[in-house]
This record gives sequence, structure tokens and C-alpha cells, in this order.
Amino acid sequence: MTDLSLIRNFSIIAHIDHGKSTLADRLIQFTGGLTDREMQEQVLDNMDIERERGITIKAQTVRLDYTAKDGKTYQLNLMDTPGHVDFAYEVSRSLAACEGALLVVDAAQGVEAQTLANVYQSIEHDHEIVPVINKIDLPAAEPEQVRAEIEDIIGLDASEAVLTSAKSGIGIEEVLEAVVAKIPPPQGERDSPLKASLVDSWYDPYLGVVILVRVLSGVLKKGQQIKFMQGGTEHLVDRVGCMRPKIEQLPELGPGEIGFITAQIKEVEQARVGDTITTVKGGAEKALPGYREPQAVVFCGLFPVDAADFEKLRESIGKLRLNDASFTYEMESSAALGFGFRAGFLGLLHLEIIQERLTREYDLDLITTAPSVVYRIHLTKSKNDDARTIELHNPADYPDPTRIDTIEEPWIKATIYTPDEYLGAILKLCQDRRGVQTNLTYVGGRAQVTYELPLNEVVFDFYDRLKSISRGYASFDYEQIGLRDGDLVKMNILVNNEPVDALSMIVHRGVAEARGRHMCERLKDLIPRHLFKIPIQAAIGGKVVARETISAMRKDVTAKCYGGDITRKKKLLEKQKKGKAKMREYGNVSIPQEAFIAALRMGEE
Amino acid sequence: MPRALYIHWPFCLAKCPYCDFNSHVRAGIDHALWQEALLTDLRHEAQATGEEALDSIFFGGGTPSLMPPALVAALLAEAEKLWGFAPGIEITLEANPTSVEAANFEQLASAGVNRVSLGIQSLDADVLKFLGRQHSAGEGLEALATAQRHFERVSFDLIYARPGQSLAAWTDELGRALSFGTEHLSLYQLTIEPGTRFATDLRRGRLTELGEDEAADLFALTQEMTAAAGLAAYEISNHARPGAESRHNLTYWRYRDYAGIGPGAHGRRGGSATVRHKKPENWLRSIAEHGHGISETRRLGMREQAMESLLMGLRLAEGVDLAALSERFSLPIDAMIDADRLGVYEHLGLVERHRDRIKATSAAMPLLDGLLAELVSGELVEA
Repeated sequence: MTDLSLIRNFSIIAHIDHGKSTLADRLIQFTGGLTDREMQEQVLDNMDIERERGITIKAQTVRLDYTAKDGKTYQLNLMDTPGHVDFAYEVSRSLAACEGALLVVDAAQGVEAQTLANVYQSIEHDHEIVPVINKIDLPAAEPEQVRAEIEDIIGLDASEAVLTSAKSGIGIEEVLEAVVAKIPPPQGERDSPLKASLVDSWYDPYLGVVILVRVLSGVLKKGQQIKFMQGGTEHLVDRVGCMRPKIEQLPELGPGEIGFITAQIKEVEQARVGDTITTVKGGAEKALPGYREPQAVVFCGLFPVDAADFEKLRESIGKLRLNDASFTYEMESSAALGFGFRAGFLGLLHLEIIQERLTREYDLDLITTAPSVVYRIHLTKSKNDDARTIELHNPADYPDPTRIDTIEEPWIKATIYTPDEYLGAILKLCQDRRGVQTNLTYVGGRAQVTYELPLNEVVFDFYDRLKSISRGYASFDYEQIGLRDGDLVKMNILVNNEPVDALSMIVHRGVAEARGRHMCERLKDLIPRHLFKIPIQAAIGGKVVARETISAMRKDVTAKCYGGDITRKKKLLEKQKKGKAKMREYGNVSIPQEAFIAALRMGEE
Repeated sequence: MPRALYIHWPFCLAKCPYCDFNSHVRAGIDHALWQEALLTDLRHEAQATGEEALDSIFFGGGTPSLMPPALVAALLAEAEKLWGFAPGIEITLEANPTSVEAANFEQLASAGVNRVSLGIQSLDADVLKFLGRQHSAGEGLEALATAQRHFERVSFDLIYARPGQSLAAWTDELGRALSFGTEHLSLYQLTIEPGTRFATDLRRGRLTELGEDEAADLFALTQEMTAAAGLAAYEISNHARPGAESRHNLTYWRYRDYAGIGPGAHGRRGGSATVRHKKPENWLRSIAEHGHGISETRRLGMREQAMESLLMGLRLAEGVDLAALSERFSLPIDAMIDADRLGVYEHLGLVERHRDRIKATSAAMPLLDGLLAELVSGELVEA
């Protein structure tokens, strides 16, 4: 076992692209975790998507042995936490497993919104924070200004910030020294009953479910019979170890240590983040505080473009779910899109990641319906039913409007950080999305604005708009702040007087008309002309709020057909019929599937 | 068994830029050889089809008015010998209205031709040039007068909905056409067919098609003016006084059997489709080697025949009798026609239904291809 005073557990906080992964790689390399040959860029981000997007989805950890200048060898556990608010709960569990954090800030970019959100979380966990100013060898680097920003905006003492260039290997040893000197060692009693926090879990095809743990007290050993205190299941530990980052089996994990176990668990769902692990015999009485069930916040429909791929989609979603218990799904059928699934996600990024993994890893062509949020609807008493409250995940399940007393919708607090030249446009965007401004501060050419916004306005296309009006310079972060009453209505889109299920949406009354007009205009261009004119309407209940008309086709005929040669006419008919087979019927209107895909595509103006 | 015979003469003096028919330009045609070959093809077809008397014969092309009248006479004599002629048989020949060809009209009439269909195409000199025609406007009118002197029945073709054509210009041209008092008119909207010079012109931007709305307006105008003149449409592009319809073409549209001889001719007999070699040289070789010009004989399934009869029959103002088709092809009506769709389009005024007879209304005629795709049951098309 390792003396507690020689253990340091820490995470790295950074905005995307500020060099978190590169720094982690250098620390591993410096301490000899991997040879140069084994070194693959950004070792800790395992998934293709993580590597490409430069984000971390699953927590990863690596144990480094570092012999410091004081001559002692320390066990450093570096925890790479998910960098995005969608995974805020996972982040909080990871942070809870550490005593400190490195705050990495790009010397040219300065502090960003996402950095702030994470650093505040870290402060909430009473972490010791070590500022690191990275990329100091860039021509545009202004380390002194960044140092001032860290002090002004975050309120941390940055006078001893470590200056590094992870890419060029500058300042790596200084970072390690700072970790040893500044971050406090963990505490914990070896002789107490076992208490270990389940930090993360994932499915490995060879090992089964792998569980990342932080031992708080007691000892976790191979052969132990353990119990998940929230999940209630019992398992036999068959492996204990750590990542260096290669797997190294250990006889045990003692207090203060971070490592992994496997226990013949088949599904990630059984090993929930935040659970407390103890021994079956002589175990702890009370679980650790802070456990929470994962809560899906954003929902959307996932349908295969080719209906024949439904089974493949079902299988693929099932497999993904093995590794990610935080998304939910249930079967859904749509007249427009056929059979598919309604899936719930922790947030928009989570949605995009799952969608992308299905597309990429499982080679599926998907139609993703416009994302929606969960509404809480209070129903009044009716003849056959008491007054009650329901949660609405799918506009298609919208109840009888006469029974709706009130509807609550989720709100978020958004923090946007931007060069001030884009501030005007951003304020307008937030205002248009029913935002309520709560704070606005300027720090040297940059503005930080906070808004309270309804989440349903954000899932629509807020990200993309924000990115485009700020040319990618604005950064955005949010946290949920609960439900609020809203004047919300269901808007149906009617094609030739028939509602199209896949296109209905729940919107605020104030923006319904604009949203409806936009959708009608779009469909007008997407639906081909027919033999009759086609009204396209957006309606709230019986009231039409927007309308477009596709005029009737006027000429479609083979003028000359004689001489007894019918071949070409037959071919034409076959072609027409084949085309129709790929369309969906609404009110006798054939709508090509491409039209649905285009109409539902998020964020296009 | 067929009571209609089609004879194809594949040669033209020049290829018109809009034409995608089986026509070829050749120097030095050996008429004796062609006469023998056509007679051979004719005899083969007679042998395959039995002896019912012919009710109509149609010489199409190409330009059959370029056939020596003696060749026409020889073919007619042989056809009469092989099948016999029903009383009042209709014998039509397509003719170009050049002065050279008009000079043959008298002899063609003597050979037995009693109806001509003249390719006048336009009454306007510039348009004739645009359409690549061999005749002048004046020649066309003279040929028409000559034809009216020699033949009992005369029809002529015009092509409209040309690039830039205005309502006023067509009103004027069609009004003049109607004033000649023929019993029949074929009025075709210009369509750009693949493989024609116009298709190339269109692709290269040297030609702009008339817009859909303008073409539809011209079509509507055409229906009004011809109906007012007593020559209502009995098919999408064909107009006649009652009783003066082309009996031969009605055979196709009513989907009755017809024999077709000569290069590229199509036939339908007893549930089979016959296709003959298109290229004149290949057809001749086949005659020499096999004693007929057939390149393919294919049995058509009941579903395919039903589809063909709907495709052809709904072109007619009289429409189709679904009960009769059902009996003829042993298929239930709802296996042929999508009943729901029929109801929808009936409601929209695009289809009329009287008992088991359905027909496209005049409003639906310019949309017929689209309408067929809606009405004809998927079962027939997949067949």
C-alpha cells in the first residue's frame, strides 16, 4: 500500500482546444508511463469521436509514478473528466474523487465560458487549483494578460501559475512539482469498512464492465464479495488494478487510491455513476452522499432512413446502451418516418455523440427529428380521471388541450463569453429566444453575459446561430435551473389539411407564428407539385397561424403516342411508381423522405 | 385477331430536329428490293395472325409519301389477298406536303389510299424553318388543297407550344387551320425528346422550352377553339368531327390487336407483343435470313396487358370500361385501379365515372401522365 501522504489525485480543467489532452500526454510521457513508441497522440481519449472533437466523454484515469525533487516517489492519479456540461453529473463524480485540479488556459485565447463552469464546480468541491498557462510559445501568446484574466474573472491567485507549452514539452516538470507541492494528499482510514465511490463505468468487450473507483476508506481486494449500495446488487471482484495507461493488475486499492475493478458485470446500467461500493460482510452502513439517477433532458426521434435497417438500429442502440446507461430509448412509430426510437439524452452534445456513433460505428443512415425537451403538464380533473401531472417527452403524446391547466418547461442559465464586437448580435439572439438577462460584465475586450433561457429555445438551433453570428468566437455553457410555467402550445403542421406527426412541435405562443411560417415556407420548397394545389398550414388547435400553398401542376403528358409503341410510356409509368414507393402519404400528398430530412434538419436557416 | 395493319416506311429526305421516330436518311433506295422485303414481312404476319378481314391500314414513317405509288398499290393488293378488306376499310398514308409528293396523291388514291394525314406542322414560314421542314407555307396549303381534291378524308398535323409562342399567335394559326374544313386535326405540343437535335440545343442553351403555364394555357385554348369548331378532342392531341376519328389509331388506344410490319414496327396479337428490327439494314437482313423482320416476340401477362390498355385507353375522351377490362384480363377492377385514388381524383374533378366507365376530364388531359401514375394500381406496374 502507498502512504496517503504520497498520493495526489487531480483532474485537469480546460476549454476545448486549450491543450488538456496534450498536457496529459506529456505528463504520462515524462513519468515514463509509456515509451515514445507506444505514445499515441492524446492517449486518454479512446473513442474516435473524442479524439476528433477534442472532447472527453467518459472519465479516464492514469496512474503516474513521479519521483519529485524532494527525492520521494509519489503516486499521481490523473483523472481526465468529461469536459462538457451535458455530463455535469459525471463531472461532479469525477471531481469528487480528486483533491485538486490543474486549470489549463490557452495563453492566446484566455479564459472561456466552459472553463468557468468547470472551475467553479472544482472550487465547490474544495479543490486546490493550480493555474497552468499553456501554449506560451505561440506568437499570439499573452501570458501576462491571461494571468490577469484568471485573477479578475475567476478570482484565483495566478502569481504562481505554471507557464507551459505542452506541445513543445516546456514546463512539464514544473507542473508535476506544483501538483506535489500544492495539491493536498487524500485522507482515509484503512481499518474502516470499505467505502468506494463509483466514478465511472464502461463496457469493454474483453473484460466486461470496467468500473473506475476511488476508495475513501477501507480496502478493495480481488476475491471480495461487494455490494452496490444504491443499485442493491452484489458481485465478486475478479480484477483490481490501475491504468498506466496500460492495465496493471494490483492486489488491492487502499484508501485515497483511484483504480479500476471488474466484477463479472454484463451491463453498464448495473454500475451507475455515483453509487457507493462496500463489502457484503462488515460493510459500511451509509452510502456516500450525492448519488443521482441520470436524467434525460433532451429527446428526439431516431429513425433509419431505410426502413429495412430498423433491426440493425435496434441492435446498435442496444449495444451503445451497454456502454452508456445515461441515455434512454423506447420504440416509436411515425406515419412519416416508419419505425424508430424516441431517445432521451443528457443534453445536446450527448445527443450528437450518440447519433454520430450510430452513424459511424454502426454504419447507419439516420433521420433525427427536431430535439425537444421534457415538459411537465398539469391536467385538470376530468369525468374519468383525477387531476394529475404528466411528463411529456414527445409532442405526439400531447394531451387534450382542454384538460391542460398549466405547462412547465425547463429553463437554463446560460453563460456566454464573447469578444465584445459580437455582443449586440448575441444579446438579440438571446432576446429572440425569450431570454432574461441576469448579468453582463466586461473584461478587457471580452464580455461575459448570463441569460436565463427556456431550454426548448436552445435545443432548436441556438448553438448553431451563436456559432455563426460570432464566427465561432463565442463560447457557451449552461446549467439547468429548474422548471417554469410557460405559455406553451402544440403546433401542428398540416399538409393538405392532414397533420404530419413528425413535424408537430411544442412552442411558446409568442414565437409560434414565426416558427410556423418558417416551416411552411421550407416545406413549400421541399414538396413537389401535385395534380392539385396543396395547402400547407401551421395550426394551433383549430387556428391557422401560417399558410403557404403549393400550386397545382399544370402539364404532365406525353403529347404524341401512336404507332403502337407503348414501351416508353410504360417505362415512364414504372419510373413514376418507383419514385412514389419512396414517399410517404399525407392527405393524398406524396412527400419524399428527403423533404422530411431537410425539414427536420436542425439549425438550418 | 388483328383487323388493323401498320406498315412502316423508314426513310426521310432529312431528319427533323424534333423527331425521334424510326426514320433514316439514305441515298439510292432499292425500291424493288424493299417491295419484296415488305411483301415477305406481310406474308409472314398474315400466316401468324389468321384471316379476319382488315378494317384499317396505316402507312407511317419515316415519310411514306416518298414510296412509289406502285409499291403502295402492290402492298395493298397483297394485303387484300391475304386477309381480305372489310367494307369501308380505312387506308391512311402519312404525307409530307411538298409539291413533289403532292404530285403523287392522285395515283395513291387510285392505289386505294382513302385518307391522308399531312405533316403541315405550321402555317408560318419562320416556324417551318425552325422545325426543319422541307416545305414552304404556300406549298403546304397547296398540298392540302390537292389532298382534299383526291382523298375522301384528310387530316393534318400542327406542332404548337413552341418556344416563345403567344396565345394570340396560336389563336390566329389554329383559327386558320380550322377554316380549311378538314374532318380531322392532330395538334401536338412540342416536346423535346432525347436523342433529337432539339435535345442537344436545349442542353446547350440554344433553345428554351415554353413554360409549363404557357403551354397549359395554349392547351386549354386549343380545346376551346376546336370544340367550338365541331372538332373536339377525342384523344389528347387528336380532334375530329364525330365519326371522323382515325379508326386505325383508335385500335391502338382501345388496345385491340394490330399487326405491324416494316422496320421498327410494333404489333400486338393474341397477348404477344412483336417488335421488328429498327435499323433498315438489319431488318432487311432478317427478312433475307428468316423470312420476317421480327426481333422479339414476347408474351404479355394479363397484368401487363391491363396496364397497357389503361395507359392507352385513358388517352381517349371516351375513357375505359373497367368492367370490360376486368373480364378481358380476368383481373378484379381494384387490382387494376387504385380505388382510393380514383375517389380522390373524381372528387377533384379530374376523373369522371359512369358505372364502370372512367375517363379523364378535359382538365385532366394535360396531366395524364401524372394521373396515370396515381390511378394505375401498383400491382400492374410491378408485374
